[in-house]
This record gives sequence, structure tokens and C-alpha cells, in this order.
Amino acid sequence: MSLNIDKIREQFPILKSEIYGKPLAYFDNAATTHKPQRVINRVNEVYETINSNIHRGVHYLSNQATLAYEEARNKTQAFINAKNSYEVIFTSGATAAINLLANSFGDTYINEGDEILISTMEHHSNIVPWQMMCKRKKAILKVIPINNDGDLVLEEFEKLLSPKTKLVAVTCVSNALGTVNPYEEIIVKAHANNSLVMLDASQAVQHLKVDVQELDTDFLVFSGHKIYGPTGTGVFYGKEKFLNEMEPWQGGGEMIKTVTFEETSYNELPFKFEAGTPNIAGAIGLGEAIDFVSELGVENIAAYEEDLLQYATDKFNTIDGMRIIGTAQKKASVISFLVKDIHPFDMGTMLDKMGLAVRTGHHCAQPIMAFYKIPGTLRASFAVYNTKEEIDRLVEGISKIAALFG
Amino acid sequence: MTIKEIQEEIIEEFASFDEWMDKYAYLIELGNDLEPFDDQYRKEQNLLDGCQSKVWLHAWMEDGKVHYMGDSDAIIVKGIVALMIRALSGQSPDDILENELSFVDEIGLKDHLSPTRSNGLVAMIKQMRLFALAFKAKQA
Repeated sequence: MSLNIDKIREQFPILKSEIYGKPLAYFDNAATTHKPQRVINRVNEVYETINSNIHRGVHYLSNQATLAYEEARNKTQAFINAKNSYEVIFTSGATAAINLLANSFGDTYINEGDEILISTMEHHSNIVPWQMMCKRKKAILKVIPINNDGDLVLEEFEKLLSPKTKLVAVTCVSNALGTVNPYEEIIVKAHANNSLVMLDASQAVQHLKVDVQELDTDFLVFSGHKIYGPTGTGVFYGKEKFLNEMEPWQGGGEMIKTVTFEETSYNELPFKFEAGTPNIAGAIGLGEAIDFVSELGVENIAAYEEDLLQYATDKFNTIDGMRIIGTAQKKASVISFLVKDIHPFDMGTMLDKMGLAVRTGHHCAQPIMAFYKIPGTLRASFAVYNTKEEIDRLVEGISKIAALFG
Repeated sequence: MTIKEIQEEIIEEFASFDEWMDKYAYLIELGNDLEPFDDQYRKEQNLLDGCQSKVWLHAWMEDGKVHYMGDSDAIIVKGIVALMIRALSGQSPDDILENELSFVDEIGLKDHLSPTRSNGLVAMIKQMRLFALAFKAKQA
């Protein structure tokens, strides 16, 4: 089914903005996507009609809020096809989800000398929590290398797998390069080695179909705000067996069964991992965003965005001095680039003046920039509401600025 | 010329540009024309890392005046660095400490001096004043 993009755009109030008198063309979707009116309305509606704390009140509103919150969990479960809704834990974002896993997994399964395997193209949020945990537990962090195209070197990955490898934590899609990793294959090989796998799906769930049961991934995380949902929302998925075995990370209200000063017994899943009052309105808003995506169909979004990416890549390649960083065979919705020797900050600053919003810098992925020996890149990342006309404006803007630099 | 006079001169120069593109083209020109930064000073303690772009700043005292040398890896930032140096280099520590750099607002580049831009310029202005303060303390 092909999507009616004009109709979709109408649902995003911010897309009507003008920046310095020019219509906004927003290409920073890998950082965060905009929110459709229905998500904004749903969040408002929560505060206006059912605001209450969840899971603990006997009163009507608390019950309504709990139902809506749990409905959002069910929607998330269906969206990633988790076996059970209690395998879906709401967090404040992908970063919090990875920190949760690093702490709980580390405390439960990691001994001195054990190994965690990540890749060169991870976002800092999938590097630093593991470094911290490895330091604490005297474990070792190992890194799967990439090649010049920005693809993982799978032969090296296989060599790095050892009896000590407890977990492979990799991204499905690189936020800085757009590479879609062969995560199906990574899971099969890791499991054959008796290693568990965490997928960072922060750049994947909004672009590709992700089915945790089909993939057989042990853990998966994503952030809500990159999939048209509110900021401060995220999802941590884990297989029931491991969630039951793992120690909780944060302690507090909601996650307990009984508390005495001598000992605390923990609540059952998913509450064991949701200490304190969660972002209730946010999670419910995320449920709405998931409905938005599901109703359009992730496959349809993927097809449309693939067409946009191809169109943009072809157009970009006509620009004199264009250097696309990351030329993997399989990419999703991201073009990282440099033009001649123009500093990304200079190009980004001037594109901004034309109403063209791109990201500049290292994209929280400094190891990638070190690999390519560059200070950073410009990044155009696409969402379902972007159009070819906007891409034409971007290409024109880049060309104009490049000409200024001679 | 006093700092005030130099600032007025800069404001006048920029008043002739109607288009933002012309303004940036001029900043690029200023950046390209900035006196090359002496590599012996390109060291960690002279680096003001702004995340998005880097700024290097070196200062020395000569005949009671503070002199600055600066650089940036981003040319627009370098152009603004050139303007700062033009306004403050060769002035006495007291004059540097007493004068606000109001021209940046006036020529419509205030955006670049917002801490959220993380381009190193905010840190640079602070550092220019700190150098002046340090030289002043040394003199006393």
C-alpha cells in the first residue's frame, strides 16, 4: 500500500513551522522525530481526564490510568511481538534501558574475566554503560570492527566470540552511518556460542519490522521519542526467563512485594524493573505513537523511506565534492556526509538559515569518527513525513553553500 | 582605536549586508584572512573544545597591551574569532575588562554566542577576559 504523505504531514503541527521565514524541512529524525497531533492529544487527555498514580489506588481515576498504561504495554508487546506483555518494561529511554540491562545483567551473570561484545558503530549509550559495568565487575569489553563501507566485519565477530562472551550488544541500525546490521545472523552465531544478545533497536523500530520472537533476541531496547512518541519514554524487552533471574537495578516503590528493614522481596514482572512512578502519560502517548506507526504499516513506511533514501543518495552523489560516509549495502534512512573540506558546523549553520534542519557533529558515536579520521559529519535522516521536494531543497542548499567555499 | 570605535566600525561594515548569505561569505573571508595560528601554541591548554567546533586561543603581553592569536577548525567560527581579536587585541587589560562585546548582537550573530551552540565561542570570550585579568594581576 502506498502512503498518502500529504495526509500524514497534516497530522504533524510542527511541520507547518517557518524557520527564518523559510518552510521547515526537518532532516534530524534520527535524533528525534516529531509528534503527530494524536500523540500530543493523547498525552494532554491523560492529564486532563485520568491523571492519577497507577497500580496502587482503589479509586476510579487510578484504575483508569492503570488500564491505559497497561494498554500501552499491550500495544508495545504486539508491536514487537513479545510473547508476554510483562516482558515489556517501560523506561525513560533507550539509554535508561541499556543502563538497566548493564547493571542487572552485570550483577547477575558477570564474573571477573567475562566478556561483553559490542561494535565500533555503537551509540555512546551502548558503549559507556558496558564500560562502567566491566570496570565494576573486572570484565572485558571487546569491539567488533567495521570496514570502510561501514559494515561490520563478520569474520572478526566470529573470531571474537569466546567461551567467555556472555553478551553481544549491538545496534540494529547505525545512527551515524545508517548501516543495517545482519542482526539475524549475529543472534544465530551468538546463541551457537551460548552467548546472549541485546539489540539496540532505537534506529530500527520506526523503519523496519522487528519481531523479537522471530529474531529470538534475548533483549531489545528502543526509545519512544524516535518513533513519533513523547520524549522520556523507552522500552526494555527481555525474555521472561532472564528477567526473572536478573536482579533489579533501581529500588523504590512499585517494584517491591514486602519491605522490612532486614529484607525486601521483589514484585513480579514487569513491576520489578519499574521502580517509582513511571512516565505514565508518556507511556500512554507512546502507545498512541505505536498505533500511528502500526496503522500506516511499518512495511509501508520502510518502502517509502527506502525510496526517499535512494532518491537522496542519487541526488547527493551529483554534488561536486560530496563524500558519503557509510556506504553499506543495506542502509536505513540516514545519510552521513561531508562536502569538500567544509567543516560540518559551517555547512550545518548555513543550511539552518535556509530552514533545513540537519545534525552536525559526531552523533554520539566518536569511535566511528575516529575510524574514519574525521571530526564529524553532517547527517540527514528521514522520517515518513519527509518528501522528495524537501530533499531537492536540501541538495540545492548544499550545492549553494559548497559554491560559496569555491 | 578604542574597543568602542572598533566595534562601531564592525557594525558599520555588517550594516551593508542585506542577505545572511553575504554576511556569512564575509565571515568566511575574515576567517581565511586571519593571521595563521602559530602551531607551537596549538596545545591542550589553549584548546576550547566546543563539541561542534574547536577554538584555539593564545595570548601574550607586550608594552602593557594584551595580544591574542586564535584559530578554529570551522571557518564561520574562525571569522567570528577574527572579529573578536580585531576588537580586543592590542588593548590594555583594563579596557578589555571594562568593555562588553556588544557588536555580536548588533550584527545579528548572537545565535553563535549562545551556550547551546557549543561551538567554543562563549568559552573563548570568557578566556579572553581571563587572560586580561591574569595579565592585570601580574602587572600589579
